[in-house]
Amino acid sequence: MTSQLETAQHPERLRRVAIDPVSRVEGHGKVTILLDEHNKVHQVRLHIVEFRGFEKFIQGRPYWEVPVMVQRLCGICPVSHHLAASKAMDIIVGVKKLTPTAEKLRRLMHYGQMLQSHALHFFHLSSPDLLFGFDSDVTRRNIVGVAMAHPEIARQGVLLRKFGQEVIRITSGKRIHGTSAVPGGMNKSLSIAERDELLKDIYQIVAWSRDAVQLIKKVHIQDPGLYNSFGTFRSNYMSIVGHNGDLDFYHGKLRARDDNGQIIFDGVDYQHYDRYLEEEVKSWTYMKFPFISALGKEQGWYKVGPLARVQNCNQISTPFAEHERKEFVDYAGGAPMHAPLAYHWTRMIEMLHAAEEIKNLLHDDDLLGNDLMATPGERQWEGVGVIEAPRGTLFHHYRVDENDMVTMANLIVSTTNNNQAMNEAVRNVAHRYLHGREVTDGLLNHIEVAIRAFDPCLSCATHALGKMPLEVELVDPEGRQIDALRRA
Amino acid sequence: MTQKFTLDGVLIPFEDGETVMQAATRAGKFIPHLCYHPEFKPHGSCKLCTVKVNGRQAAACTLHVSSGMVVENNTEELNAERRALTQMLFVEGNHFCPSCEKSGNCQLQATAYHLGMMSPHYDHFFPSRPVDASHADFFIDFNRCILCSLCVRASRDVDKKNIFALSGRGIKTHLIVNAASGRLADTDFSLADKAAQVCPVGVILHKRQGFAVPIGERTYDKAAISAQHEPIAEEALK
Repeated sequence: MTSQLETAQHPERLRRVAIDPVSRVEGHGKVTILLDEHNKVHQVRLHIVEFRGFEKFIQGRPYWEVPVMVQRLCGICPVSHHLAASKAMDIIVGVKKLTPTAEKLRRLMHYGQMLQSHALHFFHLSSPDLLFGFDSDVTRRNIVGVAMAHPEIARQGVLLRKFGQEVIRITSGKRIHGTSAVPGGMNKSLSIAERDELLKDIYQIVAWSRDAVQLIKKVHIQDPGLYNSFGTFRSNYMSIVGHNGDLDFYHGKLRARDDNGQIIFDGVDYQHYDRYLEEEVKSWTYMKFPFISALGKEQGWYKVGPLARVQNCNQISTPFAEHERKEFVDYAGGAPMHAPLAYHWTRMIEMLHAAEEIKNLLHDDDLLGNDLMATPGERQWEGVGVIEAPRGTLFHHYRVDENDMVTMANLIVSTTNNNQAMNEAVRNVAHRYLHGREVTDGLLNHIEVAIRAFDPCLSCATHALGKMPLEVELVDPEGRQIDALRRA
Repeated sequence: MTQKFTLDGVLIPFEDGETVMQAATRAGKFIPHLCYHPEFKPHGSCKLCTVKVNGRQAAACTLHVSSGMVVENNTEELNAERRALTQMLFVEGNHFCPSCEKSGNCQLQATAYHLGMMSPHYDHFFPSRPVDASHADFFIDFNRCILCSLCVRASRDVDKKNIFALSGRGIKTHLIVNAASGRLADTDFSLADKAAQVCPVGVILHKRQGFAVPIGERTYDKAAISAQHEPIAEEALK
């Protein structure tokens, strides 16, 4: 599974094309492509050019501050970091089991986030490519273009996201960067009025989520030649799975499968994740490359996120989403589906599951309880919190000293887990679409489409309705610029 | 109380010996302040309470009222100066409100909101100030100290322990712990101390409380600082 296109033999004689920054993703990244004089592709890399430093500056801070501070990593899915850090700090304060109310409130918050993040990605960021075509007119390849051509789809996307944001606001105190999950429980209960506010809309949300699955399923099935093969590569895949192998975004055990779907490891307590996973550093990107230790860094990389989760679980506990999962598995023909564009389909199945779970929780009386904090147990010095964030498995690992200060932090975020996988997809697309051809804006968007399928969160908050400045320079082997293409 | 003075054009009654701050507060008029606390002798150091009396500036917390005095308080000119002082306090320390557990209960933050502070304006100093987490129940984050000296006065005048002091001169003034080691763990500081209750910002903090109070129920979520009655710091810590 090692890509031949990661490092060219003689890069000094090749010209460089850069997509910088990649647009309609969270954060900043760039793609560089090295071509020879016949436009043949010799090297393709996805670089993450931001350095955040959270693992360092959280050191020396009190552990109870961590869940609030680290969520500032991101403005799109801060709830994931808030909850993963809180789960780690639950361990630190000796709490192995939350009160039923606290766990259900956290789950509600998390499902709200899953709903809003998946809706944002599908409708705002990716639907322009899927509805208009990858090399369609760039001026309408954005959410405004979708709103003009398909107003009802755009409206549902906006309102689905809004509902998810409201769930987060009500459970965490704010739409973005709330403070409600604390070590050992929650600081905020849910009032009857707040629950009823969500209840009045949830049935519509479930219905629209079902429609969204039908939409992407139709788009995918209509063009199997493209959707099953675009950027496709085979790889291992990993996620946590819940009780009885259920799809579970909040808690479970680690399970990894190989590219044929055979189990590599299963039932792994994530407190011991570092016995199973390692990270490799490469000089050309700030993002590390995790891999499964037992397989080594050449064979051990994997993908995470919706496509991994929906195929890794045994079943989904909610009926509509389970029905859709079975259809997806049937479509894949009983073997794992590896097509990056199938991420969209599975992402919508997950959004439907999140909507159904929110509906179930809103009918659960435990949610209205006031028993929010578990009794602290024996103080621990080390804790790991893992959660399935919208983009995949998220690890938070901390050590805390006897004075309550953090001494070590290790975060493996979802997109980091997908690093090698995204690079593979980009190389695959570059080789298939760019090899030997003149570079055009539409062809470059094919590269971005492949990256977007993974919904990478390169840090936080850079969307500009498809108008992200994108500049491509063609440089001859002597370094002279021979052509330039600018999207503004 | 037949004696009166004029504050922003309104006649305010006062008693002999009262300061402008005391009389104004009793009358429900807000004068921004950080180092003033009704239970302690005024310090007059933060200068947030600067008012204009007969055309001259004075600290409302130390100025005694006299009959017929005309005091300007809530004017754009004075508030602009207070805003600048507040901005300087923000850049002199390391005030990261987004992850600070005192956020929503912090008098500095609430005052900045009251004064319409939209940015720090000045260059940050980014000082290096290690925290003191040595005490079993308390945590001192020197990064947020605004040198109001309330903890110094509380420990010296009420607790009779003299645990805190301001050391250094001018821009190098800083809060210290009076122990040979400089560590709070090596003092007899305790939960019952007045000094444990008066910090208006997030310096002296009870350990393991963190974000126990949800957004919406924090002191300044409920009402702006200008609408709150004294003593603010004690309420904020409950």
